[in-house]
Amino acid sequence: MPYKSVVLVKQVPDTKNISGDVMTPEGTINRTALPTVFNPEDLNALEMALQVRDREGGEVIVLTMGPPAAADILRDSLFRGADRVILLSDRRFAGADTLATSYALACAIRTLERSFGPVDLVFAGRQAIDGDTAQVGPQTAEKLGIPQITYAEAIVKLEGPSIVVQRALDHGTELVKCSLPCLLTVVGSANEPRPASVRRRIEYKLAATKLEYKGLLAKWPAFGGEEALDAYLVERGLGIAVWSAADIGAEEEKLGLAGSPTQVYKVNFVVLESADSREIQPTPEGIASLVQELVREYIVG
Amino acid sequence: MADNFYLDNPDLRFRVEKADLGFVVGLKERGYSYAATLENAPSARNASRFAPRDFADAQDNWRLVLEILGEICASVIAPRAAEADEEGASYENGVVTYAKATQAAIEAFRKSEILGCMLPWEYGGLNLPETVYQAMIEMVSRAEGGLMTIFGLQEIASTINEFADEATKASYLPRFSRGEVFGAMVLTEPDAGSDLGSVQCRASLDEATGKWRVNGVKRFITNGNADIHLVLARSEEGSKDARGLSMFLVERDETVRIRRIENKLGIHSSPTCEIQYTDSPAILVGKRRFGLMRCAMALMNGARLAVAAQAVGIAEASFREALRYAGERSQFGKSIVSLPAVSRMLVSMKGEIEAARALIFETSVWVDTLKACEQKQEELEKAGAPSDPVLIARKKQASNLADILTPLSKYYATEMGNRVCYKGMQVHGGVGYMREFNAERHYRDVRITNIYEGTSQLQVVAAMGKMLGRGLDVLLDAWMAASVPEELAALKIRLVATTGLFQKCCDALHGAERDAVEYFGADLMDMAAAVFNTWLLVRDACVVGEARKIEMALAYAAEQLPKAEGSAAAILLLDMSAISAKDRILA
Repeated sequence: MPYKSVVLVKQVPDTKNISGDVMTPEGTINRTALPTVFNPEDLNALEMALQVRDREGGEVIVLTMGPPAAADILRDSLFRGADRVILLSDRRFAGADTLATSYALACAIRTLERSFGPVDLVFAGRQAIDGDTAQVGPQTAEKLGIPQITYAEAIVKLEGPSIVVQRALDHGTELVKCSLPCLLTVVGSANEPRPASVRRRIEYKLAATKLEYKGLLAKWPAFGGEEALDAYLVERGLGIAVWSAADIGAEEEKLGLAGSPTQVYKVNFVVLESADSREIQPTPEGIASLVQELVREYIVG
Repeated sequence: MADNFYLDNPDLRFRVEKADLGFVVGLKERGYSYAATLENAPSARNASRFAPRDFADAQDNWRLVLEILGEICASVIAPRAAEADEEGASYENGVVTYAKATQAAIEAFRKSEILGCMLPWEYGGLNLPETVYQAMIEMVSRAEGGLMTIFGLQEIASTINEFADEATKASYLPRFSRGEVFGAMVLTEPDAGSDLGSVQCRASLDEATGKWRVNGVKRFITNGNADIHLVLARSEEGSKDARGLSMFLVERDETVRIRRIENKLGIHSSPTCEIQYTDSPAILVGKRRFGLMRCAMALMNGARLAVAAQAVGIAEASFREALRYAGERSQFGKSIVSLPAVSRMLVSMKGEIEAARALIFETSVWVDTLKACEQKQEELEKAGAPSDPVLIARKKQASNLADILTPLSKYYATEMGNRVCYKGMQVHGGVGYMREFNAERHYRDVRITNIYEGTSQLQVVAAMGKMLGRGLDVLLDAWMAASVPEELAALKIRLVATTGLFQKCCDALHGAERDAVEYFGADLMDMAAAVFNTWLLVRDACVVGEARKIEMALAYAAEQLPKAEGSAAAILLLDMSAISAKDRILA
């Protein structure tokens, strides 16, 4: 049977390619100093949702909260097969911790239920590689008042309003049965996210929020102006909706910095430096002393 | 940035971005109003969203396609290339199984929906030009040489599109576009290799039902386990030559038995099959009796260009391995890349790769031009409009050039690929001979490229007629008349002289005995490639005026023009003593 899924995704700094000046003195991340990527486990969450849709039918709606540039990962979601994407973007969301973020996301999910009908499944990545809190998914479920299954690795069974999920735990796996609607946070071992489809990549390449029209017109001057571009995109369903705090009926004091009780107390800068190389003699004694040192330093054993 | 075989290759990007295809794409996209003409086609909804608005939009689409493929090549295919080679395709009880790495690669192609992208919009394709396809072939081959024979057999779909009737196209082509089926080109038999006119496989027509059935054995069939076969068979009973052959589409079923696969030197991931057809139901593709002369030739011309691109891809992989190794390996207290004997090999490899790529793209643009003109002419005929003399002239020119440049590309790129992979191993020294390094795999994989789809020796024969008729003059004359930047002035003088020498050699062989033409044909091909490619590199330098392009042209000329002069000396001397004494020498 068809299921309506919402996938919560986040654009994060590409922590694999870190350069200097990444942390601000306040202990937050200087986002402009880093290239951004689709949070890896959110891709696993999207893949799980797409697999449900491909098998059972239904719809996959991708939702992100972030600055206008976060539209990049929404386009990426369309390239991979999402049916609909929504960007939550408003200055009032800025500086949100996990509490304020999950509040905004929960408001947005309720809003989209009013527009598009009840949601059966909410998917999120287990955690984001920037904050590493793993809190936003669970908190969103709490605010929506639905059950949550964290560390989801596989959907073992999905039948009517009931789901059985395999959870990946430290020392094995656990099967959990739950009724819908519910929220799953998905781990990286769950699946291999599909590549962007060439045909969808072409079909959706112009998908844009209104905030991006200027950039598009600079690249494609032949459209002539924003009005013509807008008409072209709307006709083809390529406009990406942007929802503000007002659109989702959120209470202002629960949003952004104001709604965030978490304050970063202190940031320690840790500089890892490799010492000079050392030559180990290829003798039994040399090897033995190396092994002893590794054991002493708790590197092995 | 993630590894990407398109983004990390500036020369390939330069070729795609600068490809002179404005005219071609305008025709292919029917003046950018293709979507409007497609109302009743099954995929019309998509086409109206995909079809480019203008040439810049089309170019942007190519970039997207190539970037996606480039990422798949770098992240999915190349890391498992050694594994695909080691495991190889296997055979048991009539069933062929691809190596696991090959299966993963095919799955990635399917998921990315990149298959069938050259087919027209109405069959679910992306209507891409051949030229862009060559870039795709090159990247796939760089990632894993054997995989190209599976990816590259999209040519089968293109041939069905070109020659089959409407019903056949509508039922088979969308399946190619969806990645549900792959194709195989089934021409060779145990006693019909280079001499395809002697094919024995029989096709018989049941007059009552109007259905064809194919019987016979085919051999050396690349990827013969594919679902859709294009089979060359004798449809005219009692005929002996090419005029009795027709082309048939056979979908694999229980009447098609794979008897064995070959144990080969290289491209282990690609199964080479022996196939037996027993009363296999078949559909005639194209006109009866034109199977070899029209269908198979068109199919082979496409495949020849693809194999040329395959050789460039394998050469590119070999060059990169060699360059990296030379930078890391230290002898005599320094990195070996600083030794002139080593850097000479590397510079030669790089120059030949870029020259071959330039030649393939030049050829592809003419092939695309020819096809676009044919399509336009057909549309005019269907609409009952008068024919356009300008279009006809352009088609004729493109046809003549494609006839020479296709075999020249195949000849040069595949011989070049062998030279490059030979040097790639040489740069490595002893370790290059070991299985732990990729150099020996490239060396083995590239070896087939100048053999299959017509040996180099056959390419010489294919190009010779029109080349001796001075068919390249139309381009050479234009280039000689154009001005060049100051840094290239001296080179141009020399190149004009070598070009004159080439033309003189054409004339000398034009009047010679047939044996002499075939004997010295290879020398003339070498010379043609050296002269033509140097002009292409000079043209690049003129287009962008980059210092590197100028240096590349000079370096290539420094290596190749003296060799061309040597070839000319041999041709003009026309010393036939080896031919006249061959029986005694070989006795």
